[in-house]
Amino acid sequence: MRRWLLPLALIALLLGIWQLAASTGAIADALSLEDFLVPSPTEIASSLWDSRSLLAENAWVTLREILLGIFFALVVGAGFAILMHRWQLLRDAAYPLIVASQTIPIVVISPILLVWFGYGVTPKIVIIALICFFPITVNVLDGLRSVDPDAVKLMRSLDASRWQRFWRVEAPAALPNLFTGLKIAVVLSPISAVFAEWVGSSSGLGHLIQSDTANYQVARQFASVVVLSAMALALIGLTALAERRVVRWR
Amino acid sequence: MRQDTRMKYELGGYRTVESPSHRPHAPADAISLRAVSHSYGDLRTLDSIDLEAPPHSVLGLVGPSGCGKSTLLELICGLREPTAGAIEVGGEARAEGRLARCAFMPQRDLLLPWYSAIDNAALALRNQGMRRREARAAATGLFERFGLAGFEGMRPSELSGGMRQRVAFLRTLIAGKPVLALDEPFASLDAITRAEMQEWLAAALRADPRTVVLVTHDVEEALYLCDRVAVLSARPARIVGELSAPHPRASDRDTAVTDPEFVAAREEAMRALREGSR
Repeated sequence: MRRWLLPLALIALLLGIWQLAASTGAIADALSLEDFLVPSPTEIASSLWDSRSLLAENAWVTLREILLGIFFALVVGAGFAILMHRWQLLRDAAYPLIVASQTIPIVVISPILLVWFGYGVTPKIVIIALICFFPITVNVLDGLRSVDPDAVKLMRSLDASRWQRFWRVEAPAALPNLFTGLKIAVVLSPISAVFAEWVGSSSGLGHLIQSDTANYQVARQFASVVVLSAMALALIGLTALAERRVVRWR
Repeated sequence: MRQDTRMKYELGGYRTVESPSHRPHAPADAISLRAVSHSYGDLRTLDSIDLEAPPHSVLGLVGPSGCGKSTLLELICGLREPTAGAIEVGGEARAEGRLARCAFMPQRDLLLPWYSAIDNAALALRNQGMRRREARAAATGLFERFGLAGFEGMRPSELSGGMRQRVAFLRTLIAGKPVLALDEPFASLDAITRAEMQEWLAAALRADPRTVVLVTHDVEEALYLCDRVAVLSARPARIVGELSAPHPRASDRDTAVTDPEFVAAREEAMRALREGSR
């Protein structure tokens, strides 16, 4: 109860202060701005309601990009971790490169991706997947390597094939790490999606925020942010829920 | 307190099924090691070990910690190859052949936390290609016979240390191999549970005899459970003493270990151990 009550009380307090400061024009005066550029929480709420279908439409576009991006990051990331675990030669060759690749700012290569993959949904998925790939691969590889060598000996002595060793010992052992990586990926993905849309798109919450900037639709920009965070929170919650369902032995 | 009565009950229940009608179903192999040496790089661990264990016998390996006992066990199981010398298990000299004939029980129970107790015990049957339902059915009979009835669906984390070791031992037994290789199976247990488990294991091996190699640092445990005990020196390990356990032994541990002949054998083993540690 206390866990929920205290943060909620704090949010209510902050919103109250904001409401007061915005509706009296105090913030706008302090920043020497027109009043309409500093919307109050109630104005944001009514914009959220008035533009609900527009927001929902664009939120769906962004959500789809996020889900597909994470899906590909998961498949490729976990798959690559498994391959690197299986072949040490590949790990020794590729792992340093994967770590080094994180120094490349995705910002720099995203215009290139736009040129290659066009204006549609593909470059967004690629950008999200590129950003989410790293935490998943590194964590899954860590999990696979953390398996007790004695457990491997035990399985060999109990007639397990390499494949059985993987499915019965290594894969379950790496599952908690997979979820750790996935949670990081889920946190990163909405930011990646908005960013990918900023580079070039015709729909999505990131696109809406950008076009609202040009039109001084500040209240709706905040509304988009609210929707985006709600979406991210829901995704994080779902991931945590899935983890509890799948990794029941923890 | 409740735990104690439950264990007593189960041990009692177990003894009733240990009737003459129940006889060994798994074959047993002879083990022989000739001039076996092993080193990890420059580190010499085993120095020209000769050992024999006839079928159905229990061979104990006792030695100071870090002397290479576990390495020796892994060599016998075919989990490693010796640097020199020859190892045969049931006439098989190749590592894969030995691996197929030995079931290894590691020092820690290493029960897989994502499987229930019964699925852990039935792991070898599943690996051998049996369906889950049949494997469970096969293991259920053993759970009943070995005092684990009612614990089938529990997760390893819900079991006590003694129960975990029992499940781990059943997992080794169910593999159906002629040789059981046990690496300090009770080292992590408290003294009372360990004594109970030793009685339990002795009874289990009477009911289902195999050739057993038992590594331990506990001389008393070795003499109580084994037919022959080899005492190893500090690294690189040589055999510094070989003794036969007093026969016949009382199945009751307290009676067995206070027998004068047993006490004399224990002193002799301790002397060999002390001299070998120097």
